[in-house]
Amino acid sequence: MPEIDLIEGFRDPLHMKALAEIIKKECVSKINIMEVCGGHTHTIMKFGLSQILPDLIDFVHGPGCPVCIMPKERIDHAIALASMPNTILATLGDMIRVPGSKTSLQKLRADGKDIRSLYSPLDVLKIAKENPEKNVVFFAIGFETTTPMSAVLIQSVIEQKLTNVYFHINHVTVPEAVDAIMSSGDAKIDAFLGPSHVSVITGYKIYEPLAQKYGTPIVVAGFEPTDVMESVLRIVRQINDKKAFVDNEYARAVSREGNVKAQDLVNTYMEKRTHFRWRGIGDIPNSALKLKDEFASLDAEIVFKEVLPTIELDDHKMCICGDILKGKAKPFDCKVFGKACTPTNPMGSCMVSSEGACSAYFKYGKLSQKGGML
Amino acid sequence: MCLSIPSKVVEIDEDNMATVDTMGVKRKVTLDLIAEKVEIGDYVLIHVGFAMNKISKEEAQLSLDAYAEIAEAMRSGEIDDEEGNANYA
Ligand code: SF4
Repeated sequence: MPEIDLIEGFRDPLHMKALAEIIKKECVSKINIMEVCGGHTHTIMKFGLSQILPDLIDFVHGPGCPVCIMPKERIDHAIALASMPNTILATLGDMIRVPGSKTSLQKLRADGKDIRSLYSPLDVLKIAKENPEKNVVFFAIGFETTTPMSAVLIQSVIEQKLTNVYFHINHVTVPEAVDAIMSSGDAKIDAFLGPSHVSVITGYKIYEPLAQKYGTPIVVAGFEPTDVMESVLRIVRQINDKKAFVDNEYARAVSREGNVKAQDLVNTYMEKRTHFRWRGIGDIPNSALKLKDEFASLDAEIVFKEVLPTIELDDHKMCICGDILKGKAKPFDCKVFGKACTPTNPMGSCMVSSEGACSAYFKYGKLSQKGGML
Repeated sequence: MCLSIPSKVVEIDEDNMATVDTMGVKRKVTLDLIAEKVEIGDYVLIHVGFAMNKISKEEAQLSLDAYAEIAEAMRSGEIDDEEGNANYA
């Protein structure tokens, strides 16, 4: 097969324009589309898709940013663990910048604590071997996309008989969060863009009960702008036909069953928690994972229980991240957006994480304000 | 955390690690999560040091062909272009 352009072809302005014209022609009613994943929020803002699309299409941002949904008390856990003597705390992404109740991991690191931001969870193996006299705690975050990588690390730690690695598991799951948002009835959502990478792992079958329960089309979409445009077109067509099923625009990467090897690994080491509190959203049953009881000796929440605070903490009262994650508000609705709260001085987690809606609006926001769609 | 850009496999070594090229940037990823055989020249999506899947070139080509078709339909006037010269980023 000849070489194929997997990037530019999906960003071709001509393709985007052609898709926009068809959508304009076919879309006859107002459609609120929630993009569950922060990656889609960025594509929409970066390529100004709200401007190209008719005003009838409105994007509502969802809860799919793993850093944004981490409640303060869990960050306080990370801080407590990192503050223990002889300890290295390791985590991924923007996690170290998110403020807990008093400080952030970043500030703690500046004060001399050993806190590492990793490229891959597997980096923990090297750190643990180089520091046999220290405890290494992996603060695991992320949706279904990232859970299998933690599972591979757990497997390696067991196989390699490392005795100084512990896990603080904060892996969360998409369907339960979407269900919580829909069942509250607060957000007016007609259809969903399904996450790209979560679906690569889980397969698109996980959304089928939701499409049925709420009568909302769900189209799994790739991250490129034409992916999002084509998915919007597929949503418009389902709505015109009064249908509500799970459709897969991202067939080049996603199947119905997903990556079964990855799913099996997760199921070997982890199981559902009965409850997990999401920042700004509140308690959602069965929406997160924990280590199975047989691996309790690796579980930082059990081994270091006595140092972990138990008080539940909410955000600064000016911060409306919670409403943004629930699809009830947009970043411009926040009084301190871009003023007291900026990426260099964030008040809430939606501004801290590069995947957060406030951060996307701050970075690309002028484009969208001009369009007057917000 | 999601690096959404397809990466091309340029090298595979004995311990199932691959060197991938993401728009000119090279990095090492493990192939441990992929059940099927990965070959040099395949495209994968990567996430925190892991390849997550293989990208189907056939499916990608189908999408691109469909886009080319509607772009052609627009050019030939089958789809009206109401705004003419609007600027698409
Ligand atoms: S702008 Fe800042 S304070 Fe306002 S909702 Fe976003 S993160 Fe919270």
